[in-house]
Parts: sequence; structure tokens; C-alpha cells
Amino acid sequence: MRKIQILGTGCPKCKLLFQNAEAAVQAAGIEAQIDKVEKIADIMKFGVMTTPALVVDGAVKSAGKVLSPDEIRNHLT
Amino acid sequence: MEFKIFLGILAAFLGLYYLPVESLRFQGAILEALILAKWYAREHVLLCLVPAFFIAGAIGVFVSQNAVMKYFGPKAPKWLSYSVASVSGTILAVCSCTVLPLFGGIYFRGAGLGPAVAFLFSGPAINVLAIVLTARVLGLQLGVARAVGAIVFSVVIGLLMHLIFLKEERAKAANPQEVFLGDNDKPERPLWQIALYFFSMVGILVFANWARPQETAGIWFAIFKAKWILTAAFAVGMGVCLWRFFKVKLAYILLAAVPSAVLAFALPQHPVAAFAAGAASLAALTFVGGAELQAWRDQSWGFAKQILPLLFMGVLAAGFFLGSPESADAGILPNRWIQALVGDSPDALLAILGRSDSAAPAWLSGVWPLWTNFFASITGALMYFATLTEVPILRGLLDSGMGQGPALALLLAGPALSLPNMLVINSILGPKKTLTFISLVVVMATVSGVVFGWLVT
Repeated sequence: MRKIQILGTGCPKCKLLFQNAEAAVQAAGIEAQIDKVEKIADIMKFGVMTTPALVVDGAVKSAGKVLSPDEIRNHLT
Repeated sequence: MEFKIFLGILAAFLGLYYLPVESLRFQGAILEALILAKWYAREHVLLCLVPAFFIAGAIGVFVSQNAVMKYFGPKAPKWLSYSVASVSGTILAVCSCTVLPLFGGIYFRGAGLGPAVAFLFSGPAINVLAIVLTARVLGLQLGVARAVGAIVFSVVIGLLMHLIFLKEERAKAANPQEVFLGDNDKPERPLWQIALYFFSMVGILVFANWARPQETAGIWFAIFKAKWILTAAFAVGMGVCLWRFFKVKLAYILLAAVPSAVLAFALPQHPVAAFAAGAASLAALTFVGGAELQAWRDQSWGFAKQILPLLFMGVLAAGFFLGSPESADAGILPNRWIQALVGDSPDALLAILGRSDSAAPAWLSGVWPLWTNFFASITGALMYFATLTEVPILRGLLDSGMGQGPALALLLAGPALSLPNMLVINSILGPKKTLTFISLVVVMATVSGVVFGWLVT
């Protein structure tokens, strides 16, 4: 079971990244839990400066851009 | 849940039950809201907002945030961090939701408190959309004063914060933390291409909005007379950029230029028609121009979708409460109230107090600018302005008799601070630093308002 976290304060881009992550998980056919991290203080703990950011199993994979479902899938496999 | 719905219906019922529709003042204010909305739709949307959205979108797509972020790292030279922090809001702060995470990141992981605060203060005032709209709606003078004031004072406030909390900052700098700056995987386009491309877009924006100067001779008037030719020239330049740099097929670009060209020659007295056709063709081009242009369109459209509804509500509210520019005091709030609080002289306040017969005492005239600017700063700091709505509201206040100085004070303190974002800042900085920051912002905004008011009059 993979753990995906989307860091972002709730702006449109963050929501888009969340949807793309859902699509990526579905397309990859893996089991994963996707969480939103919306509190600034919690986001800061990951050491990113720009949102939305993608975190997979605790490791930051990208920050400051909306990845497409395909790009997210590359980070999952 | 059901109870909440009931309360909502009850509130709507009571509101309608006591709605003062018979009152002429109320009817007038509703009319004013519509008049003002029409004025904005006619004067400010096509030539100003539409190109500004395209530019903001282009910044989001073609300017790499990571390129800027490296100046905010813990190891970057301090003077560089401050200068970059004070001006980078232009390209980083277009979406207000990116400001706070960046602020937290710079503070916790990067260059520290000073640059973080400088970024937080200047960002909302100097992003492209804010500059363009302020200069267009509130006048060039106030637009320039806002940008310059925000940049200069952001550095001052940042340095002061750094000095006040020097000990903690030193301790933090002693053990820097890892920071994820993102990977630079985008194929970088040469800088000069991006620069030319932005130059052509900014040229379109500037010349399409060139205002008629008061005198009817000289260079400014000559530019005014040729403004549409210049705009068209820059549009051609942009087409060349799209063709050479972004590899859009030349046939598509020529096809896209046809409607504007036809309209420009068929309806020369309505240049706006040609301009609108050009914008529509550009939007159409993004559908056939490849992935980059598609990302550009998505980004621009995202900004438009996010900001336009807020701006629309802001304009309606400004019209309802303050009236439109041409009206004589037709908003719900009487002009004399605004003049009494933030007007140029204390006469209106004395009139309300029933002392219009005597001239204002010297001490009152002396402290008056200080008081009005302080009042404007404090109100601005507490009030929440949704993105860019500060502009129509300020325009309404100015037309109702607010002084130029207090207007600048409100513009500087307003978008940088609000009750909700104070809470978030508080959760990042803690109460002591937050209070210091708020006081510094209010003091600086007041001072710059006083100075600006004095310079203008």
C-alpha cells in the first residue's frame, strides 16, 4: 500500500494535482492512499517552498507544479 | 445541519421582509452598482484585464519558479535575498495562495525572517495583475507609488524584523535545514526568447491602454494618435515569436490574424473590435499550437476563472456602497462620512459635528494627515480584500473624497494583511513576531501615505 500526500493550501492547482494523482493511481492499478495536507505548518515540515507538492511514501517528488497523471505514475513505479 | 439551513432561510426571509426597496437612496445605490459594473466592463476588461491574464498565465508557464527560488536558499548572499524577495512578487505572487507557503518556506528553510517578510509584504502589491489594474483604474501616479512604496518598504520592514529578532535568526542560520527546491527538468528556453516574447505582450498591453494626454501636441500625444498602429506592430511581433520560438505553423498564425485585420480596416472607428478578435484568435491558436501553448491557456484561464468572479463582486459592492465615478454621492455611504474620516482636510468632520461655522484649529489641521493615514492603514490591515478587489473599492473611496495619501496607505497595508492571513502568519511566526510585523506595516504605510499626500498636493 503506497501513501501519497498532496501538499497545498487548497488553491485550484492543488485540487487539480489531487485529481491527477487519483487518476494516476487508478491507471496504475495499485493500492494507494491519497491524503491532502492543507495546514501551512504541516506543509512546511516537508521542506518545500512552492505548492502544490507531491509526496510519495514520505519523500518529496515535485514541488510548485501540477504533474500530469502520467508523470505521477512514473513516480509511483 | 438542518438547523443551519433553517437559519439561512430565516435570514433570507428577514432580509427580504425589511428590504428597504422603497428608499430612493437604496434604489439609487443598486443602480450605481450596475452603472459601475457597466463602466468596468466597457473600460477595463478587454484592453486591460484580458491581456493581463494572458501575461500572468505566460509567467506561470514560461518563467521557472526554481530559477528564482535559489536566491531564497539558506546559503544565498543576504543582500541578494532581500533584493530578489522585494521584487520577485511580480512573477511569484500572481496567485495569492502561493504567497503564504513560499513565505513559510523562506522563513523556516531558506534565507530567513527578513527576506520572508519582505516577500510577504511586497508580493500582493507588485504582481503583474495588481500593477496593471492599479495603474489603469487609479491612475499612473498611484500605480507607480504603490509599486515603488511596496518594494522599498518591504526591504525596510524585512531588515527591521531581522534586526529586532537578530538572536533567533543567528541561531537558526547556524543549523540550516534541507530544502527541496524542485528538480529543474524543464527544457530551458533561451532567456532572450522569453524576454522578447514578454516584451511583445507588454507592448500590446501598454500601447492599447495609452491614455489621451491633456495637451494636444508633443511626443505623448503623437504616441496616443499612433497607439493602435503601435499595438498592431507589437501584435505582429508576438506572432513572429509564436512562429519562430514556439513552432506554431505560420499558416495558423496568418489565419488567426485575418479577423483582426479585416475588422481593423472595416471598422477603423472601433479599434476595440479588432482587439477583441485578436484576443479570440490567440485563444484559438492555443488549441492547435502544441503542449506549451495549451499549458499557457490553462494557466491564463485558471487565473481568469479565479479572479473575475471576485472582481465582479468587488465592483458591485464598490458601486453599491460608494457610487460610480460620474455620480454625485449616490452610494449607500454618504460622501461626507468618507471625507470626515479620510478626506484631505478636517472640514467635513467639523461639519458633521455641527461646527462648520468655525475654521479648523491649527493643531487639528496639523495632525490631520497623520490621523487619516493611520486610520486608513489600520483599516486596510484588518480588512480582507479578495485578490484585486482593493482596486475598485479604492477607486470608489477616492471618488467619494478620500485623500491620495490615505489611498496609498490603504493600498500598502490592505492586501498585505488581513485578519484571516494574520492568523496564518501567526501560526508560522508566533504572536510576538506577528505583532511586530503588523505594527511595522501600519507604521510604514502611514508614513508613506503622509509623504505621498504631501508630495501630491
